[in-house]
Amino acid sequence: MAIPEMKLLAEWSYEPAKIHRGYSRETLYIGLGNKDGNYKFEKRPVSDDMIEKFTGGRGFGLKLLWDAVTGDTKWNDPENEIVIAGGPFCGITQYPGAGKCYSVFLSPATKQTYNSNAGGYFAPFVKFAGFDALELQGKADRPVVIFIDGDNYKVQIFESTLEDINAYTVSEELHEYFAKDEDDKRTISVISSGIGARTTYWAGMNFSFYDQKRKVVRLKQAGRGGGGTVLYDKGVIAMAVKRTHFTGLENDPADIKTIQRCGVSVHKRIHDLDDTQSKMRSVGTAHLTEIMDAYYILPVNNYKFGKHKDIDNISSQTYTSLFTQGMADGCWYGCSLACAKAVDHFYLQTGPWKGKPVTVDGPEYETAAGLGSNVGIFDARWSIEANFYADHYGLDTISLGTGMAFICECYELGLINKEHTHGLDLNFGRKADIMELIHRIAHGSDDFAIACGHGIEEAREYFAEHYGADMQTMKKIGMCCQGLEASEYRCQESIAQWGGYFLTLKGPQHDEAWLIFMDMVNKQLPTYEDKAEALFFFPNFRLWFSLQGLCKLPWNDIEPADNGIKYKGVEAARVPEHLQNYLDIYEAITGKPLTRDGLIEQSEKVYNFERIFNLRMGRGTAKYHEAPDRALGPVWEDEWNERPDYFDEKLKEFGENIDGLSVKEKIALLQKHRRGQWEELKMAVYKRRGWNKNGIPTLATVKRLGIDYPDVVELLNKHLRPEDEF
Amino acid sequence: MITVNGDKFPWHDGMTVAQLLAEKNYKFRLISVWVNDCAVEKRLFDRELIPDGANVQVIHNISGG
Repeated sequence: MAIPEMKLLAEWSYEPAKIHRGYSRETLYIGLGNKDGNYKFEKRPVSDDMIEKFTGGRGFGLKLLWDAVTGDTKWNDPENEIVIAGGPFCGITQYPGAGKCYSVFLSPATKQTYNSNAGGYFAPFVKFAGFDALELQGKADRPVVIFIDGDNYKVQIFESTLEDINAYTVSEELHEYFAKDEDDKRTISVISSGIGARTTYWAGMNFSFYDQKRKVVRLKQAGRGGGGTVLYDKGVIAMAVKRTHFTGLENDPADIKTIQRCGVSVHKRIHDLDDTQSKMRSVGTAHLTEIMDAYYILPVNNYKFGKHKDIDNISSQTYTSLFTQGMADGCWYGCSLACAKAVDHFYLQTGPWKGKPVTVDGPEYETAAGLGSNVGIFDARWSIEANFYADHYGLDTISLGTGMAFICECYELGLINKEHTHGLDLNFGRKADIMELIHRIAHGSDDFAIACGHGIEEAREYFAEHYGADMQTMKKIGMCCQGLEASEYRCQESIAQWGGYFLTLKGPQHDEAWLIFMDMVNKQLPTYEDKAEALFFFPNFRLWFSLQGLCKLPWNDIEPADNGIKYKGVEAARVPEHLQNYLDIYEAITGKPLTRDGLIEQSEKVYNFERIFNLRMGRGTAKYHEAPDRALGPVWEDEWNERPDYFDEKLKEFGENIDGLSVKEKIALLQKHRRGQWEELKMAVYKRRGWNKNGIPTLATVKRLGIDYPDVVELLNKHLRPEDEF
Repeated sequence: MITVNGDKFPWHDGMTVAQLLAEKNYKFRLISVWVNDCAVEKRLFDRELIPDGANVQVIHNISGG
């Protein structure tokens, strides 16, 4: 049923800039006023310096946000912005994975900058409408829908008439509202959140695209960090963009033939090898569940254990049988990796849409583990239902999964009880009660649900203050850092991955470095210097994707058949032939040559700028890089007893005589040693990154990178102390 | 005795690469193996004998998150 007509509140027409060599060199600013209806639109120029120092995507987002806020700005101040930007690669159709964008904002969860990415059509369409970035600031005086008409070059703000603000409803309604007919729906992309944005800090942004084969709206999530919560706080129910006609040459690249050559080679590789490598086309990232289980990396019961006897229930084979096969599942044109899996005709068992058949996007590995093994549930259909409602409500499935895992353990430990949970039995594995908790968190149904939805860091404060729960215990078991819940890999046995999670810019999210196998199994990083080098290279290399409008998956989820024997050691993990493709395509788009070192330096500029930005927001120092005990080793006896011989051996490697020690004493001893290793790692990494002992970039580092702007230097001078120098 | 990824591991006469992987329970699909710094092609895993005292590297080429 179509929604009632929406009243036009403001409209602005513009002359679009022509895209040249990957850039339009203009951004779109939309000001919502301060709840006064004072809407404002502007085109803003992109300078040479901005391109040179910040490249695009996440870099542009951070630069524009830096200029918009001060160190005192809070996430729910009108000055906070949501900046959405692709990058010079964004929108090309010849190479897979070029529909990505990054959303940058001050986060309600982390109280510093956050950036979250999503694929789909939104970013390419905004670019084709003439903009390298979209900047949204202020607060509307009523719920609004923003429409960027990239066909007629105008931006409109409507008073929303959407009664149900959940993502699938909003997206379906707005594809219908702004499309001329059924065929036209694919020319639209919508960003929405969901009802979870009202009270939680876990609400992400759903980016839609229209699946013409299925005749349904599909969603991709920029899920992490609370961007949906910020969007709702601004009074924006949705943003839509429309662009009907475009070609594969919209970026006006310098050398299309090189892009095509690289594209053909990788498309052929995907066609020939995906079925024997990562199986992205048949099962997507959910192929990882049984692999993680086999190596004690699958998070089970709040990361207590690394494997489970019921793994077959959530294995790739199980998910392959549930995902609809034989349909192209790319989220942007030209992505033959096609990892966007879907379960069709799924009948919901709970919640407001109980009994209704739906198409569910995913689950991906993170969701299969977070809303599965980590809460002690090994039932793929339960995880699919949880996935659907999390997306619909706008909830980040990773924070939701890890947060609920923490809550379940608090419940099992007796730190919280049924009275506090308003009747829910939250032992691990309690399917009905945990599903009900998802509905309650999304709706902010009671004080407990609201506290949970504020994330582990705030929830444990609430549990301590209102329920008398022991804070020290909760700090040991809560898998979070910098206000963000950890993603779904058990990292206890990989020192390098401690850094991959807890020495990061924005918290324990796996997008900086995923070093578990390289470190723990392959043993390719034997020294702290080796680990620090990996924690320098991979975060910077991975960040580069976020500057360009690229998805990381086609880099290393498919690789040349001989990659592992042609290249030795860590070099193989860099997938050199794909890395070279990116250098070649960068030059082919922008006309500017780029070397490997140049690529890393592009990223380093933004990596360090983001670190300094967080310093400006009152964080960004060593004390915010902390790892909970659960991340470093067993906390309770049952965890030790899962692998007693293994852990005994680890203690002996430290030279300990463990005869006569109780398990409790052994745990304390192992934690003490590992805490020492953690501190050694931290210093080695800071040194390699060009930071001081307090985790702050030095003046020499910012000068080398050319980001020594006067306000940056002034800020650093306030915080850099001689006693922190290496 | 051989060394596998830096750790000592028992060797037996006639040990092939495939047998070693099975004994180590290394089940991942994308594995590359180097014996005394020489790469072993996957099609030879069943036939390639590992000599006593060898230094073996078993690399899981897993992309992860």
